[in-house]
Amino acid sequence: MDTNKTVAVIGGGIAGMEAATFLSARGITVYLIEKEDKLGGHLLDWERLFPTMRNGSEVVKFLMDGVKADNIKIMLSSKLTAAEKSGKGYNLRINENVDLFADAVLVTTGYDLFDATKKEEYGYGIYDNVITSADLEKIFMSGKALQTKQGNVPKKIGLVHCVGSRDEKAGNVYCSKVCCVTGVKQAIEIKQKMPYTEVFNFYMDLRMYGMHFEALYKKAQADFGIQFIRGRLSEASEDQNGGIILKVEDTLMGKPLKLTVDILVLLIGLIPAKGSKEVGELFGLKNGVNGFYKTTDQHTLTNSSNVDGVFFAGACTSPKTITNTITDARAAASTVAAYLFNYRSLERKIEQNEDFWLYNTK
Amino acid sequence: MKTFGYTIQNDRQIDFDAADKKLYRYVAEKEPDINLCIFCGTCTATCSAAEFKNMSFRKISLFLRRGLTENLKREIESCMFCGKCTLVCPRGINTRNIIFNIRKGIEEYEF
Amino acid sequence: MIEEGKEKVWKDYQKEIAEDNYFYARSCIRQNFFPGSEVAFLRILKELGKNLFDDPRHTTCTGIAYHSDIVPFDTTMTVVARHFALMTEAGLKNFVPSCITSFGIYTEVLELWRHHPEIEQKIKENLLKATGRTFEKPENLAHSSDIIYKFRNEIANKSKYRLVNKETGKPLRVVEHIGCHYSKMFPEKGVGGAEYPLVLTGMVQAWGGEVIDYPERRQCCGFGFRQYIVQANRGYSVACSKKKFESMAPYKPDLILTNCPGCPYFLDRWQYVVSEMEGVTYGENNGGIPVFTYEELAGMVLGYNPWDLGLQLHQVPVEPVLDKIGVQYKKEDKYKGVNGKDLGRPESPSCLKI
Repeated sequence: MDTNKTVAVIGGGIAGMEAATFLSARGITVYLIEKEDKLGGHLLDWERLFPTMRNGSEVVKFLMDGVKADNIKIMLSSKLTAAEKSGKGYNLRINENVDLFADAVLVTTGYDLFDATKKEEYGYGIYDNVITSADLEKIFMSGKALQTKQGNVPKKIGLVHCVGSRDEKAGNVYCSKVCCVTGVKQAIEIKQKMPYTEVFNFYMDLRMYGMHFEALYKKAQADFGIQFIRGRLSEASEDQNGGIILKVEDTLMGKPLKLTVDILVLLIGLIPAKGSKEVGELFGLKNGVNGFYKTTDQHTLTNSSNVDGVFFAGACTSPKTITNTITDARAAASTVAAYLFNYRSLERKIEQNEDFWLYNTK
Repeated sequence: MKTFGYTIQNDRQIDFDAADKKLYRYVAEKEPDINLCIFCGTCTATCSAAEFKNMSFRKISLFLRRGLTENLKREIESCMFCGKCTLVCPRGINTRNIIFNIRKGIEEYEF
Repeated sequence: MIEEGKEKVWKDYQKEIAEDNYFYARSCIRQNFFPGSEVAFLRILKELGKNLFDDPRHTTCTGIAYHSDIVPFDTTMTVVARHFALMTEAGLKNFVPSCITSFGIYTEVLELWRHHPEIEQKIKENLLKATGRTFEKPENLAHSSDIIYKFRNEIANKSKYRLVNKETGKPLRVVEHIGCHYSKMFPEKGVGGAEYPLVLTGMVQAWGGEVIDYPERRQCCGFGFRQYIVQANRGYSVACSKKKFESMAPYKPDLILTNCPGCPYFLDRWQYVVSEMEGVTYGENNGGIPVFTYEELAGMVLGYNPWDLGLQLHQVPVEPVLDKIGVQYKKEDKYKGVNGKDLGRPESPSCLKI
């Protein structure tokens, strides 16, 4: 069922892999271009997944099974360095020395993690025992015990939600979507490994929107005794023993509250990827107000870009869960196919509201 | 010692490091559902006593966690054990049993 | 504590500080609270060969009244404009206030005018009508602690003493306390920003001491104008200082260093008040923790006579610090005025050991 059509997928994370799989199934040749030396993206750095606690490696394996197809050319350690319109498609240059042609391009450049040092008052990179949720996953994956820098078993651990998300001072007004439930997941994992450690989650809102997320939250309370304190961390300081003193408002009590923890975990948000910016400049792709790629429409044309023949999938357009990303990747594959084979479905139009009245952008 | 015309103000901050969690642990052992509270306030809104007195099961649940036994004792006196709060709780918490055990715990530990 | 992490933050908050030719704006209250400090600043700059104009026509910036809701902001801005006019008339472009709240007010006014040129225009008209003066805005605005920070290494090179315990050879442990109006409102206007300010830390490190980072470092000293002006409210003010003392005491600091008019006063005097009310002291051997202004500390390392620096006017005696670093001073001169006459002795506290 070879169609003589070729698509370049830029980014070999979850979205890129799954989109490549579904494009290849349509008889389309896919160049899956990944800048790292492995496929899998951020998922390679995550041990277990919410809400089921499945190992991330199982999902990687599933995705890998898909991209084994003969018509998927996996290009690792490969970076797109130039793009030029050629007829209906694009001439692409990889690593300054490889040229290829693609009838369409699917951009799946994903996200970067928020740099927690930007929240100066939380002391990441300054206080010994402040780590991020990504650091915690690395510790989980290493199989090593979670210890303080001083080598002690932590008796109290705090997790702070919304670090770099919903925060105008940090430059990100949006919700990163995955951190709330990651915080609940990681709190449970800590308790599973260290039942005698007290765990406190500091949150503004707990957004348990996904199927089973609320159940995970309830389990965290019922079976693991995790304490949820409604209040956003305002500042952290270090005590003489390397403990982290937290100042939050207990907003339900209406009083400031002080608590010392042995380890503080910052649940960092997702930000637009540096790679998206680079790729975006090559094609002239538009970004939305939050710096993620702007899709043609918020509700309907969610995989289309402002540039003919260039499409999006995954977290490069907004923070997404793995479930969302996989769904989006398949939708993108379908959209790209519609473009390549001139399906009527893509001819539909919807009125655009360019003035995005939600934001008071200057 | 001198008088200055004023006294040093007390700190309003809740020192959670110093919180006495004895009563909380006692109640949680008898009625583990206490952990499930999401502080939605449905209980307080329906409480007959809350309309007229400082009585809020949501606050009681917080005072208990924060070890604020004095506040707790004051608050809990108004409960008439009607059970309306248990009826409305979205998480199915046996609030009535919790108040009962708080009272027992207060007696036991002579708070 | 990872020092490199702080250094990374400091790189993001380096402000421009003029090299020379300063218009000095004195504080309303410092000359009463710590009368040797501003004089020491003038002397240090003179010895560094800097040109500074100390204009006797300069008045309050209205900060105290502004923060106590007594003076409307239009009046404050017009008074500020007059000070800029005095600077302009003196042919100077670098404005250096001695007071942190003044620094905050000048910064706030300049920022407001930057966003609202029409307000600046209105204030120009106000000033012209009221005084016949016109003004240019300063090219550089720096607090006088910024100036000492800028020349900290020059001061270190000329210093007679180091902030080192001469018996043990260990650096003195210093608590630094920054006035709230220095950088909390405009972090980018303060050296080192608002979370980990460098302005005093830089001095301490340059002069051989070690800075203690204690948990309540960011807490206000309790001065804050409106909370102490009414006597009945002063319990709130003391409570702020007390929170800091309790937090820093376990670190056994040798001294507290400040850059605001109010902070050294309250951190010094409230130690006495807490000791009288509650019988609690925070320093060594039932004593207090000595409190210094940055000019006093600079003057001390430069070898100025401690009594010329006005250190005898501190409630918590400074002698333990002088002795630790080996400053030579005459005990018998402590209570002599500049004319050599005896000033009398203060009453002894009942609890705080002096």
